[in-house]
Amino acid sequence: MQSILRKAGSSRSTALLRSQGMRPPVFGRPQLSRTLITKRYTVEHEAVEYDDATGLGLVCITDHAQSSLGDVVFVELPTLGTKVAQGDQIGAVESVKAASDIYAPVSGTIEAVNEALATQPALLNKSPEEQGWLCKIKLSEPSEMEKLLTEEAYKETWE
Amino acid sequence: MVFLRSSLVLRRSLGLQRLCVSSSPIRGLATSASELKKTGLYDFHVANGAKMVPFAGYSMPLAYEEVGQVASHNHVRTSAGLFDVGHMVQSIFRGPTATAFLEWLTPSSLSSLSPYSSTLSVLLNERGGILDDLIITKHAEDAFYVVTNAGRRDEDLKWFNQHLAEWNAGESGSKGPVEMELLDGWGLLALQGPKAASYLQTLTSYDLAQLTFGKSAFIPVEGGFNLHVARGGYTGEDGFEISIPPSQTVEVAELLAKSPVQLTGLGARDSLRLEAGMCLYGNDLDEGTTPVEAGLTWVIGKERKENGTFIGAEGVREHLKAGPPRRRVGLVVEGAPARQGAKIFDPSTKEPLGAVTSGIPSPTLQQNIAMGYVLNGWHKKGTEVDVEVRSKMRKGVVTPMPFIKPKYWRGAA
Repeated sequence: MQSILRKAGSSRSTALLRSQGMRPPVFGRPQLSRTLITKRYTVEHEAVEYDDATGLGLVCITDHAQSSLGDVVFVELPTLGTKVAQGDQIGAVESVKAASDIYAPVSGTIEAVNEALATQPALLNKSPEEQGWLCKIKLSEPSEMEKLLTEEAYKETWE
Repeated sequence: MVFLRSSLVLRRSLGLQRLCVSSSPIRGLATSASELKKTGLYDFHVANGAKMVPFAGYSMPLAYEEVGQVASHNHVRTSAGLFDVGHMVQSIFRGPTATAFLEWLTPSSLSSLSPYSSTLSVLLNERGGILDDLIITKHAEDAFYVVTNAGRRDEDLKWFNQHLAEWNAGESGSKGPVEMELLDGWGLLALQGPKAASYLQTLTSYDLAQLTFGKSAFIPVEGGFNLHVARGGYTGEDGFEISIPPSQTVEVAELLAKSPVQLTGLGARDSLRLEAGMCLYGNDLDEGTTPVEAGLTWVIGKERKENGTFIGAEGVREHLKAGPPRRRVGLVVEGAPARQGAKIFDPSTKEPLGAVTSGIPSPTLQQNIAMGYVLNGWHKKGTEVDVEVRSKMRKGVVTPMPFIKPKYWRGAA
């Protein structure tokens, strides 16, 4: 965890900047300045946004992934409470033309799944990295975050 | 997500595996555009914002601009779409014994087919396995227009040439030789959808109401064209397949691609044909499958089942008499869509029954539809099976095809 803090120095400063400069003070939460949110990517086009205050990683597919897939018509999500290892297949995203497996970007336990996707799979196209999130994983090995790609490194994998 | 896999699924579902028979999928994907052939409409597609992909050795439009596959599919079901199918192989067989020659190569009854009528048929190998499926249009006893699959071009042409040589050198050919003229570079456009006829009617003085499903004619089209138009298609909708000389293809495409007609790519073509229960060679048909297994017994001429002397007759007759070991069926699958390769099981004993050969979430029906092969006896409507998708069993029900009700024009009621 400490090493993540060091590694993620740059995003921390951005987070601080945002909390101080851009948010109206009325929304300011005292703990925000102590929270570190790190976002990392995989070559398989998943992203995970890790919040060290909760220990939860929010898993989604990238905007690039949704645009390559086309209209998403079905999303298969993992079962709550399942223990997953990094790289395990945890679900799938299907468009009319193709099925793509989703792999766990990090190890841990599935703490939440986005039930809205069962009835509105199109959220994955509209808002892949926010409303279309897939699941939350309680990380068992937060150090795995370090080995994932930064946004720049991820973009280089397909650009 | 593994995009390699998703691309592979796409390529397979579109029947592209032939591109890279001996190379890895990665190499297949890396095939440079310069090695791919182009139809006469390549520049037209690019100018219209097409996303071009390799298909059957050609660079073909997958989709246009930002129109998604579902929207494009629905447009064809509710209005009209135009498809470039110029990659398909068009040819003419001519000669005094052309009917007998094609009745040797296929199990179809071509002598009793009336002029300017078409039929789906199959080229069979010596064992009765399907080398390709094709559309044969009879113009006269001594002239046939034939359309075969682009993905089977090399195999088919070799087969035709080899058998033409044998025919013409033998006794049958001595009554008059048969020649094949390849219409290389010719355009082929499919105009499909409930508004296809009303749109085409605005461009011709020919009364299209007279041209019923399965018929064809040379039709004068605005602009001084005289084109071979066959009523039918690969979508389950009313529509036309229009053959165009090379120099006129772009102009005719421009003429046909106007509102309400929308350019439609391979993506929607695949989902439309699957809803219509139509086979894709390479997925649903192959050399190891007889027409009886494939549910295509109807393409075999009635009077030819008993005594027809066509190549592969023995294998076909065996399956006709004893029943085929397996049969092509339609499936509706609960939960996840079952794609090509998904295994089918007996739900109680878990014994394997077969596999899915094509499958999609159906845009029209909002259900997961598939076709595949199951052991004989498991093919009856309503039979429940298990289909394995991502290591989980999903409930499947054998469902008659086509999945949608076809809307062919069979004449005024």
